[in-house]
Amino acid sequence: MTDVELPETPLLDELEKGPWPSFVKEIKRAAIEQEKAMKAGKKIKLPGAAKGLLKVLELAYKEKRTHWKHGGIVAVVGYGGGVIGRYCDLEDKVPEVWHFHTMRINMPSGWFYQTKALRAICDAWEKWGSGLTNFHGSTGDIILLGTRTEYLQPMANALAYLDKLYGSPAPFDIGGSGSDLRTPSACMGPALCEFACYDTLKACYEFTMRYQNELHRPMWPYKFKIKCSGCPNDCVAAKARSDFAIIGTWKDEIQIDQEAVKEYAKVIDIEKQVVKKCPTGAISWDGKELKIDNRECIRCMHCINVMPKALKPGKERGATILIGGKAPFVDGAIIGWVAIPFIPENELIEKCCEVLEAIWEWWDEEGKFRERVGELIWRKGMDEFLKVINQKADVRMVYAPRNNPFIFWRELNQ
Amino acid sequence: MVAQEVEKEPEETVEIKTDFGPPHYEIMLHPIIKKNYGKWKYHEVVRPGVIKRVAESGDVLYVVRFGSPRLLSVYTVRDICDIADKYSDGYLRFTSRHNVEFFLTDPDKIEPLIQEVQEKLGFPCGGTWDATKGEYGLSNIVHTQGWVHCHTPATDASGIVKSVMDELYDYFTDHKLPALCRISLACCANMCGAVHASDISMVGVHRKIPKIDDDAVRRTCEIPSTVAACPTGALKPDMKRKTVILDKDKCMYCGNCYTMCPGMPIFDPENDGVAVLVAGKISDARYPPQLSKVVVPWLPNNPPRWPEVVQTVKKILETWATHAEKYERIAEWIHRIGWERFFELTGLEFTEKLIDDYKRTPYIYASYRTSAAFRW
Ligand code: HEM
Ligand code: HEM
Ligand code: HEM
Ligand code: HEM
Ligand code: SF4
Ligand code: SF4
Ligand code: SF4
Ligand code: SF4
Repeated sequence: MTDVELPETPLLDELEKGPWPSFVKEIKRAAIEQEKAMKAGKKIKLPGAAKGLLKVLELAYKEKRTHWKHGGIVAVVGYGGGVIGRYCDLEDKVPEVWHFHTMRINMPSGWFYQTKALRAICDAWEKWGSGLTNFHGSTGDIILLGTRTEYLQPMANALAYLDKLYGSPAPFDIGGSGSDLRTPSACMGPALCEFACYDTLKACYEFTMRYQNELHRPMWPYKFKIKCSGCPNDCVAAKARSDFAIIGTWKDEIQIDQEAVKEYAKVIDIEKQVVKKCPTGAISWDGKELKIDNRECIRCMHCINVMPKALKPGKERGATILIGGKAPFVDGAIIGWVAIPFIPENELIEKCCEVLEAIWEWWDEEGKFRERVGELIWRKGMDEFLKVINQKADVRMVYAPRNNPFIFWRELNQ
Repeated sequence: MVAQEVEKEPEETVEIKTDFGPPHYEIMLHPIIKKNYGKWKYHEVVRPGVIKRVAESGDVLYVVRFGSPRLLSVYTVRDICDIADKYSDGYLRFTSRHNVEFFLTDPDKIEPLIQEVQEKLGFPCGGTWDATKGEYGLSNIVHTQGWVHCHTPATDASGIVKSVMDELYDYFTDHKLPALCRISLACCANMCGAVHASDISMVGVHRKIPKIDDDAVRRTCEIPSTVAACPTGALKPDMKRKTVILDKDKCMYCGNCYTMCPGMPIFDPENDGVAVLVAGKISDARYPPQLSKVVVPWLPNNPPRWPEVVQTVKKILETWATHAEKYERIAEWIHRIGWERFFELTGLEFTEKLIDDYKRTPYIYASYRTSAAFRW
């Protein structure tokens, strides 16, 4: 089929079989097409990179170990983060991928794209890099996988002038990495989802723009993540994956369209699928009217998920802030816990910024090297944290009060 | 060759620009989405992979979802763009779980789109669910870099994901599960994939301390920063010999020292492998968010297809799917039936390795049972 010769990869070839789309095919495709493009006269700065990756990866599969190593700091001018240095320990055998650095590119809120923008990124990366990408990395950035140190700056410039040089509707900037603000992300929110209790895309964009300095210049004890979900379904997993999770919710009554409930009653078993599944028993249904006791409802979303045409979050909308979510490294996994039970929608962005800045100042001062903000709160206590964010204790911050009386009465023991 | 070096590219002569931020999201929105922003009324599931969104204005948009391998060549991304230009007015979206979505206004184009994507890209249509009926599909597996690109992995990422999804393919393209099930994979304990709150997760684990090559340490490492990188204080400088000493009882095999110092590799082909966790959850629906719990401490790395891992994940998924009630995610199902029954039904072995003893975590004893109320 081609006149491009690929290395022998019997183990990887196994992963071209089967119905699920194959990443091995992608690497091979990059290897073949980049070489063809070069032969056809296109400018390609890093030919053979994908081929090199095939060789390294086949060896990893054979030996059951990685062949990548961490290198010295690599960066682009003006930024401390966004580029991850990566070197291969087979320098002499596979020089094509001796340098194979990652660039993280700040995606648009909600991961919406025009094809013109994507094509422009592809054209630039075909020229300056391996032609391999991830859509997307687990923090949300576009990941450009593999280039040499000397091409990092031209690629960053290509992105910064992607509109002028490559016909994108807008330029793209580098994302976060290291001990900085990581690229904030958001669920699709009001763009497509009727459950959104605040504008997640706008909030995400505002934070990103306001905190460009924090995003691009690592200067904190460790990383800090902000994620925006429009409702408690939390489709971007903000509670588990961000230090600062903004979860849309509401305070007043669930809006009910009784006619639509009756329509659902024809096709589903409302008693079994909705009433019985409500965690607080807040719902009743007599075959004609659905009643919700909104004093009992804990706004978990179950009933709304099942009958989206009939039920809607209330009108008094806003968001809950959960703090401290993170992966287990190093003091154990944490799901974020409630720091602020409710901020009304119209005050949300300003209030979040105020709180974020207070947290960062405190954490910068008190945090130890590689201590996430959640771990700092464990070390210092919620008491102190609530003072930092100027928030009164609320029973909604705990499942239950403490079970010991060993309270630190610091104010009596100055 | 030389001439090329001299001739500067435009990218090499432009003025450096910083801190201008990502594109504004509005310019990336399909016109129908922009017009009905914040004014969506409801959605309906047409078939697995196709969600019909209806706006208050009466506008209708069909969102069609396809699974991707996450690692994409720019050539495939261009093909995706061609398809978006043809069917979706030049707009598209990626989901947080590496799926691609196209926006259609004409329902008659759905089938041709699915066909064309299958032919040109081989991406399956699916990854959705119908909460109204209580019928769920499996979405794509969130995962990390592994041997493709990282220096600390205890296993590969893409290869296991491909092998698991090949096996669970029909669950992606159909709505055959009783509730939502999120599967994630991280190739080491750093857990870039944040797998700690997923219904099923796979995590690469190292099991042996780094091998200190004193000579290489002397040649390639800065001792103070290597010692400082250790989160558990397991490393001490040995100033005389200009190397480091490792307290094996304190080491948690995290590989952070290897990040700083290539002279103490952590990888170990025979002892690295994969742990399996279950019963994490993030949404508030019915039952509060839960951390994942380890149910298999280690399975071997067996590339290229990791049969042990694939079969374990499949067994857990299918045992749950046959026994759970509608809407019961794995955490909720186990909450109802008890961990005794979970291990019995799945045939997994409960061993002392599954009782928490990582004392740095303040809440470990919360998992110890304090009642004599058992299931036998
Ligand atoms: C101590 C903890 C962590 C360390 C030391 C760490 C280290 C790394 C390293 C070295 C890479 C580079 C992989 C490569 O491209 O070669 C990476 C990638 C990445 N990490 Fe982490 N990581 C940690 C935790 C996390 C967590 C908790 C998350 C997200 C919740 C995360 C998100 C990412 C993302 C998005 C990437 C980009 C590549 C991908 O998506 O696979 N990291 N991390
Ligand atoms: C209008 C669009 C959407 C609706 C109505 C919706 C609804 C839901 C619901 C009902 C849940 C909770 C299910 C349960 O716990 O029983 C959920 C969870 C989730 N959704 Fe969405 N979703 C939407 C879009 C998306 C998209 C586009 C993604 C990204 C691929 C996504 C990712 C997730 C994830 C990862 C979870 C799991 C969180 C967890 O572990 O609990 N959702 N969503
Ligand atoms: C919406 C949330 C929850 C609901 C509706 C719920 C409901 C129930 C019910 C009905 C029982 C009695 C089961 C029986 O004896 O047959 C029960 C038992 C129990 N629940 Fe929950 N629960 C919830 C959340 C939790 C959470 C978050 C935990 C702990 C993390 C928990 C821990 C327990 C325990 C330990 C038992 C005793 C289980 C046993 O006897 O084996 N529950 N729960
Ligand atoms: C509908 C459910 C329950 C009923 C009707 C019930 C009823 C009772 C009664 C009548 C007593 C004796 C009180 C006395 O000493 O005079 C008692 C004691 C007790 N119950 Fe319950 N109980 C219920 C649920 C529970 C649950 C769910 C728990 C624990 C999770 C619990 C824990 C206890 C304990 C620990 C005692 C003994 C206290 C002691 O003697 O120190 N009960 N219960
Ligand atoms: S988090 Fe809520 S608002 Fe956002 S997409 Fe998911 S269901 Fe919709
Ligand atoms: S949102 Fe949840 S708690 Fe509230 S009524 Fe519905 S099912 Fe019950
Ligand atoms: S989980 Fe570990 S091995 Fe995998 S990409 Fe992250 S740091 Fe690297
Ligand atoms: S592997 Fe981790 S815990 Fe062990 S010595 Fe290295 S840094 Fe310390």
